[in-house]
Amino acid sequence: MATVHVSEAEKVYILHGIRDDLRVDGRSCEDYRHMEIETDVVSNTDGSAKVTLGDTAVLVGVKADIGKPRPAVPNEGYLEFFVDCSANATPEFEGRGGDELGTELSNTLYKVFNNKHSVDLKSLCISAGEHCWVLYVDVLLLQCDGNLYDAISVAIKAALFNTKIPKVHLSADEEGGKEIELSDDPYDCVRLDVENVPCIVTLCKVGHRHVVDANLQEKACSVASLIIAVTHKGTVTCTRKVGMGSLEPESIFEMTQVNASGRPFMLHS
Amino acid sequence: MAADMRLPTVLKSVSLSGSVLDRKDLVVPGDVITSDTGFMRGHGTYVDDDKLTASVAGEVQRVDKLICVRPLQTRFNGEVGDVVVGRITEVQQKRWKVETKSRLDSVLLLSSVNLPGGELRRRSAEDELTMREYLQEGDLISAEVQSVFSDGALSLHTRSLKYGKLGQGVLVQLSPSLIKRQKTHFHNLPCGASMILGNNGFVWLYPTPEQLDEGAGGFYTNLQPVGLSDREVISRLRNCLLALAAHKVLLYDTSVLYCYESSVQHQVGNRFCDVLCHLVFILKTFACSSQL
Repeated sequence: MATVHVSEAEKVYILHGIRDDLRVDGRSCEDYRHMEIETDVVSNTDGSAKVTLGDTAVLVGVKADIGKPRPAVPNEGYLEFFVDCSANATPEFEGRGGDELGTELSNTLYKVFNNKHSVDLKSLCISAGEHCWVLYVDVLLLQCDGNLYDAISVAIKAALFNTKIPKVHLSADEEGGKEIELSDDPYDCVRLDVENVPCIVTLCKVGHRHVVDANLQEKACSVASLIIAVTHKGTVTCTRKVGMGSLEPESIFEMTQVNASGRPFMLHS
Repeated sequence: MAADMRLPTVLKSVSLSGSVLDRKDLVVPGDVITSDTGFMRGHGTYVDDDKLTASVAGEVQRVDKLICVRPLQTRFNGEVGDVVVGRITEVQQKRWKVETKSRLDSVLLLSSVNLPGGELRRRSAEDELTMREYLQEGDLISAEVQSVFSDGALSLHTRSLKYGKLGQGVLVQLSPSLIKRQKTHFHNLPCGASMILGNNGFVWLYPTPEQLDEGAGGFYTNLQPVGLSDREVISRLRNCLLALAAHKVLLYDTSVLYCYESSVQHQVGNRFCDVLCHLVFILKTFACSSQL
């Protein structure tokens, strides 16, 4: 993430504030910043969304392409994630600087979506073993002010909701092969069911308490954070711990309780 | 935990009063200022086909035969006597490099700071080695511009009790063109917090110290926990400043106080900024009508 310098006295101020449940901008430890979600922003994609969470801005585009299904699961389509940290966000991302963060984010996204329930992959199949829909999800970081995981997960959910996959008609060719016809009508499309797409909640441990939606300064004061991906039913799809500090088992349990209350907020907005 | 949701609404724009619209001296890059060749060109202009053209967006200033364009939004251009708030980025031999959001990092020489105890003596090699004990990378200081180097870098000094290392508080980074030049930039607001309006756009909010001790000039940083009421005042002030900056209102102690007083009836919290945007809209119309 982008680094921001904080003096010792500022760190002490932030720590004591979080201990008293009043953060620097007046939020409590469990409040999110102002979030704005816009869909259908990029015209040449099949689905797109732009999310602004405080000063963090993320743009996601989804393109549907026909490809060959994976050999292990011939009757399912799949998703490919790519995260691009643009130099717009911070000069540190210039050139190859943003590659490390980008691969870390995409690997986490693969883990989050690597289960049968998030997206109905069987609906992406066209003909078993030969053709399927591949959804290329491209994430672009425009501005970075902390809490990238949450913003990216909300943007992906919104973009998948906005995705329109054209309907496909299979017909037999002269030589016996299969021919795929895409309907020309722009409204003749299939929408994805995104009810079970998980949202990520990041909890940063600052002092002895944990905060939701930390900005860069609070992140500089935290030693460890826990990233949990949950669906609206409460199923946890992925957890990850980031950072050099250690988390006690009791605090992890406490964090998941907080997460359980944070989840309905995220998923209903 | 309840969340508010709403659909997008059209933002209300503040209508400028007639007198402001009549101003013909606002230019954008590429605008021709004059075709008369008798003028000397100053900063922010260039000659294109014998026509004097603006290269920045701002207002035109004419002094006899000299025409220059003062940009509305620019990096901080310091002048001697400006109060700045900056962050130490490097500790070098006999000086510190301070980030003040100007074109070059400012310089704070070891000979320009007060030694502990207020002694006046020549700085020795030992002082050089203990520089890091006083100011480290990341520390915030308030200082005054002593001089400007030929390349434009500022030389700062903290040779007064009111300048020096800053303790607990909140830093708000805004555009330097929004800070009004005043006699004093250190304000003890009646609402219970203190504010340093740095000319470079950095505004430092901190709890008012109980007694005026050595002040910021000393080495001692008070790390006692700040009370909840003071914290609320500081958070409210911070949100007020951000809302005023978003609406390009000139910042000085009175304007910040007006905004603070109007915001008292709302809770400090999540939706505060949106509420404040409405308040600033009211304040702006008030300011236009009374010509603050």
